[in-house]
Amino acid sequence: MSLRQILGKIGLWFAVFVVVSPAILFFLWMASLSVKFEVDNAAYPPVFFPERFAWKNYADVLASNRFLTYFINSLVVTGTATGLAMLVGVPAGYGIARMAAHKSAIVILIARITPGLSYLIPLFLLFQWLGLLGTLVPQIIIHLVVTVPIVIWIMIGYFETTPLELEEAALIDGATRWQVFLHVALPIARPGLAVAFILAVIFSWNNFVFGIVLAGRETRTLPVAVYNMISFDQLSWGPLAAAALIVTFPVLLLTVLAQRQIVAGLTAGAVKGG
Amino acid sequence: MKAIAEVTPAAADAAPEQEWRPPSYWPFVVPALVVVLAVIVFPWVFTIWMSLNEWKVGSPTTFVGFANYLRMPNDPRFVEAVGHTLLYTALSVLLPLILGTFAAVVFHAKFPGRGFLRGVFIMPMMATPVAIALVWTMMFHPQLGILNYLLSLVGLPPQLWVFHPGTVIPSLVLVETWQWTPLVMLIVLGGLAAIPTEPYESAQIDGASVWQVFRYITLPLITPFLFIAGMIRMIDAVKSFDIIFAITQGGPGSASETINLYLYSVAFIYYDLGYGSAIAVIFFLLIVAMAALMLHLRQRTMWTEIGSGA
Repeated sequence: MSLRQILGKIGLWFAVFVVVSPAILFFLWMASLSVKFEVDNAAYPPVFFPERFAWKNYADVLASNRFLTYFINSLVVTGTATGLAMLVGVPAGYGIARMAAHKSAIVILIARITPGLSYLIPLFLLFQWLGLLGTLVPQIIIHLVVTVPIVIWIMIGYFETTPLELEEAALIDGATRWQVFLHVALPIARPGLAVAFILAVIFSWNNFVFGIVLAGRETRTLPVAVYNMISFDQLSWGPLAAAALIVTFPVLLLTVLAQRQIVAGLTAGAVKGG
Repeated sequence: MKAIAEVTPAAADAAPEQEWRPPSYWPFVVPALVVVLAVIVFPWVFTIWMSLNEWKVGSPTTFVGFANYLRMPNDPRFVEAVGHTLLYTALSVLLPLILGTFAAVVFHAKFPGRGFLRGVFIMPMMATPVAIALVWTMMFHPQLGILNYLLSLVGLPPQLWVFHPGTVIPSLVLVETWQWTPLVMLIVLGGLAAIPTEPYESAQIDGASVWQVFRYITLPLITPFLFIAGMIRMIDAVKSFDIIFAITQGGPGSASETINLYLYSVAFIYYDLGYGSAIAVIFFLLIVAMAALMLHLRQRTMWTEIGSGA
């Protein structure tokens, strides 16, 4: 290896370090905040590794009754909104791709551009008239604004790349279009389904703006619950950071485990809800 | 859901009886169409209708025509919010574009652990924004925050960050940049992967420097991808809400109040839904106008590129 190559290698690793460190250092600091007692969090100069770990911060957050409620709320809202979006969005993506109805993508583009708050004003009134406001139903419905366009968009792109020949052969053999869809198109599209599902779950789980307007005390999702901790219940940093890390941990784990799918989905559609 | 139940049996029965012809795919689209009409189209139509009314929660509504729209130019808080939004957006497009391009060039090189590190690098944009905002708020703390400590290490004076009207927008842009640089990186990385290797080989033979290679080969070839990234970044930055709301709520005072934040206050704190709807419509038109302007600029630069190339 020549000197020039060695210098190039060192330069590359230095560049990699510079690029990745803001993300790594931030999450390490977040973790550090979450396992420190108040004394250490208020210390100057700051302490990175405390002498005593405050695991109690996590225990406190997890043990509070309402945390479990909020966790279940988040699961129900994200789960239902993603499930419904897959149910209607996957066939729609298939239909649009096969009809080559590219103009219909404009609706999805409009949904992508529209600020989330614009949906909230009319739907808030609608939910109020229907008397749904104390339940999780409004949040499930409005999360469809996030999940349905993501699923349709990604599935259009995916079904456009899957081969037509098999489907045509099955149709000529007398299969109905639903049979073709279920038994021929869908199995091939499994990687696309994974991408759509993962992204819909993440953006629904992270959503905050719909919750602050529509959620009551009993119907908060985790992001809203964490935000309320800042303003009302909790002033010490340790438990706050612990709660923040618990909320976002599932997403971070999914990001590292399924990064191939996430990268594929984001670069194909570059979608983000809300 | 009802739509699926109604459509499926009919579609299944009809198919075998008819002579074979390319099937219609409409039944696949109908359920999604119902959902899209209900949660996307209906709210839009209703918003436009509301924007033409004096519509406050708890009092009767009256049709007022364009009065709500005429209120905006004379509403100093709205005008100020437009200024904040434009500044915030400009910075939140430019910085991630520059840093994201650099990161993409780095990630385009081959090194061990690249896949894992790319996963780590995109964590900021996938993480729950509110959770991120909470930790940034602690880091911005003037006395106890880690950022002022880091500044002191390099000999810089402590800052008030989001707690001072003059520095609040740049500080929020810092968070936004940290969060969304990865998206630009991913898009540009896709562009880099599509570049053929020949130009680089001949540049190497000609002894071009790293900067020359980037400036005269890489940059022109990734421009279309930079444009897409810039467009997406613009749309997201204009609408940015979670980070600003969770860290400053538009404060101190109204120093970081963007249109989206003001819209929230009008609609859900003052419950002035008519005026809020009008702001929502204008806000949407503003985003569309900015996107159209970017497209227009792009087309013009494309013509000059072709012109100069010929």
